[in-house]
Amino acid sequence: MTLDSKIPEGPIAEKWTNYKAHQKLVNPANKRKLDIIVVGTGLAGGAAAASLGALGFHVDVFCIQDSPRRAHSIAAQGGINAAKNYQNDGDSIYRLFYDTIKGGDYRAREANVYRLAEVSGNIIDQCVAQGVPFARDYSGMLDNRSFGGAQVSRTFYARGQTGQQLLLGAYSALSREVARGTVTLHERHEMLDLVIIPDKEGKPRARGIIARNLVTGEIERYAAHAVVVASGGYGNLFYLSTNAMGSNVSAAWACHRKGAFFANPCYVQIHPTCIPVHGDYQSKLTLMSESLRNDGRIWVPKKKEDAEAIRRGEKKGKDIPEEERDYYLERRYPAFGNLVPRDVASRAAKERCDAGYGVGTGLAVFLDFSEAINRLGKDVVKQRYGNLFQMYQKIVDDDPYETPMMIYPAVHYTMGGLWVDYELQTTIPGLFAAGEANFSDHGANRLGASALMQGLSDGYFVLPYTLQNYLADQIYVGKITSDTPEFDKAEQDVRERINKLLEIGHKNENGTERLTVDHFHKALGHIMWEYCGMARSEESLKIAMEKVVELEAEFWQKVTVPGNNEEFNPELEKALRLADYFELARLVITDAQHRKESCGGHFRIESQTEDGETLRDDEHFMYVAAWEYKGHDVTEEMHKEDLHYEAIHIAKRNYK
Amino acid sequence: MNLTLHIWRQENAKAKGRFETYKVENISPDCSFLEMLDILNEKLTNDHIAHPVCFDNDCREGICGMCGLYINGRPHGNDDGVTTCQLHMRHFNDGDEIWIEPWRAKPFPVIRDLVVDRTAFDKIIQAGGYISATTGGVPDANSILIPKHKADQAMDAAECIGCGACVAACKNASAMLFVSAKVSHLALLPQGKPEAQDRVKKMVCKMDELGFGACTNTYACEAECPKQIKRQNIARLNREWICSALGRDRKEK
Repeated sequence: MTLDSKIPEGPIAEKWTNYKAHQKLVNPANKRKLDIIVVGTGLAGGAAAASLGALGFHVDVFCIQDSPRRAHSIAAQGGINAAKNYQNDGDSIYRLFYDTIKGGDYRAREANVYRLAEVSGNIIDQCVAQGVPFARDYSGMLDNRSFGGAQVSRTFYARGQTGQQLLLGAYSALSREVARGTVTLHERHEMLDLVIIPDKEGKPRARGIIARNLVTGEIERYAAHAVVVASGGYGNLFYLSTNAMGSNVSAAWACHRKGAFFANPCYVQIHPTCIPVHGDYQSKLTLMSESLRNDGRIWVPKKKEDAEAIRRGEKKGKDIPEEERDYYLERRYPAFGNLVPRDVASRAAKERCDAGYGVGTGLAVFLDFSEAINRLGKDVVKQRYGNLFQMYQKIVDDDPYETPMMIYPAVHYTMGGLWVDYELQTTIPGLFAAGEANFSDHGANRLGASALMQGLSDGYFVLPYTLQNYLADQIYVGKITSDTPEFDKAEQDVRERINKLLEIGHKNENGTERLTVDHFHKALGHIMWEYCGMARSEESLKIAMEKVVELEAEFWQKVTVPGNNEEFNPELEKALRLADYFELARLVITDAQHRKESCGGHFRIESQTEDGETLRDDEHFMYVAAWEYKGHDVTEEMHKEDLHYEAIHIAKRNYK
Repeated sequence: MNLTLHIWRQENAKAKGRFETYKVENISPDCSFLEMLDILNEKLTNDHIAHPVCFDNDCREGICGMCGLYINGRPHGNDDGVTTCQLHMRHFNDGDEIWIEPWRAKPFPVIRDLVVDRTAFDKIIQAGGYISATTGGVPDANSILIPKHKADQAMDAAECIGCGACVAACKNASAMLFVSAKVSHLALLPQGKPEAQDRVKKMVCKMDELGFGACTNTYACEAECPKQIKRQNIARLNREWICSALGRDRKEK
């Protein structure tokens, strides 16, 4: 199968305009006869469902939480990028496009990224119209801050809760559609399978999903003319991450099992500023927003003795005099300083800690605000970052106004995801993927404040157009029913998977060796972090694969899942998700093994420059690796989508 | 530290609930409250004692609003300005007995153990807690000027995470703080003005209809709100409500 990315003709700045001018539309009276399923209610799913409902389509929207307002987009702190150039500092659509491509280490699709930059301004307009209380200056105009990988201030923010406010905006738009009757909400429902039905010509089309009602355990069928998956990323593969506990890959993976290609799974973003790991009981890592790097300076002691004394608790950060501090980001990257992109900052922290200069447990560096507090005063710092400082203090029990914060990189975001074309359609006709669940816009590394932009761009301004183009000729199909052999089969498969897990569980419940789902998840996360984390090598990946295969076999024999299907049973939910993570883990490792270059978040230690920077191999790897599922125990088959850069001159990624 | 936990167990909405007592040992003071419950659940499963205790949680960084436990008689426990997931065991002492209950309010029926159904909050928002801005066709963001102090006040109200602690804290199970936060957030902004009078009426009526109680101004909600939403919002709601009842800005009767 050849991958057709369906990039429209014409110069890059005109592609989206041309697409919209020539696409097919659905007439208003027909829209209500067309059903769409949206899985996920984060920025992408929530915005898509609300916008499609507003157009007049009938939308069924699903979330695993008790309310659409709880999707993990809510936890995004720092901000959202938009090429408004309100600061008159030289920003433009082209510059945002360029920064994003460069930030992604030249591994993203040009046309998609340009469109993202093009609609970024509309997103801010839309959100303000919804009542999102963005930060303003005293004139009443919108304020901006800076984020990594850019030399302009283009990030709009609402204190340290930008994701929350944007999500509440999308949620309010969604609530309005629920009230109008265009959108039907299914909260506490989890998609477990995708249903594909061939059309009259025998072409397979996504026609519905199987979902489990998480309160009653009922397995339910939902049919539609098209399905949108916006179920987020797979960072929890690593167990400890900044993702929510419930974030999972299962909806996207169900699509992958049914034939949707999964692209670039090895591109995982490790965020440099998270609260370090402190105990084995720990369930998640908390992010400290990248916006802190606007004013905070990152350092470790210059002398190893000082670092050791701090680790032993004999010295504190503030005891180290200025001249004995190594502001290693400012030293290595004078042009961008503390605001280098995330992958660069993370690797630099790891390099210092591995060399023996880490503080805290040894796996931490300082993020220091003393200079900012002296320059701006405590009040200004508090106004900018107050809630983040409070959060840090509550978790660590240390006052960041007095002593420098300690931070360390943690898994945060996954650039890989379901392969989609320019229309955000996967390799299965009628199945679309949006937000973090797709792969398209961030290449091998995402820049800060771009996830919110992409989620809302997909949801508000891309899918409402491209879905119409797909649905225009579906009006002839008539109502899709769930009373078909394909639905029977999918439901049967889901029931068998559930029963299989419960049977192992019940068998083990009475046995001597009972191992919980969390036990296996922690073990899997540990393997992935150690051997397929911030630095990967041929050898470490081989070990990772062996260990994952072994652990997976043990999981299917020894896992304990208490209770039954017909009840509220979080352990069963976790077990189903973990089973998918095992398959994904093998694919992530396979992808990392095949990509023998370093780029963005994917660092192969065999491929680096003399001073330890990533070394790309454009000649051999300038493509998207899209993987096709071939069965549980079979190695997946790779398909290549070559990347072509016409509007951008490809260069070495340099932040010095 | 070693602790004795008295936890509300209830198989489903229809089953009769009861307290069960469990012990946990060697808990680190740096452990979060929910991680302590994770440790308990691991033990309950491994030692074949009982079905793990069900409790809602997701982001575990205090923003999603999913978690919410009534701990020793206080929503989200004994630390101020935090959700249950951000409550750490350093706020307890070795040997403590801890009583853990779900939110108790008629509009929040128990689903299982400590998990309750809060869809009533969604219904209140659906009744009018939004600005009707259809996607596209909106003015440039900077064409709507909003004085900084107004934007800040709106943001103060908008910080509500919809966890339901205000309802759990209130002796009348009133949702006034929750509703007033949304009414205030939108009424303070020029974009929200055109629908302000309808909005407050619809939201308050829906709140009543769903069985939430009336506000008797004891402000337990404000004291327990993890986001420290202010009671001034309730005053603002009342003001909006009166304006709406008088129909001050409306021509039609």
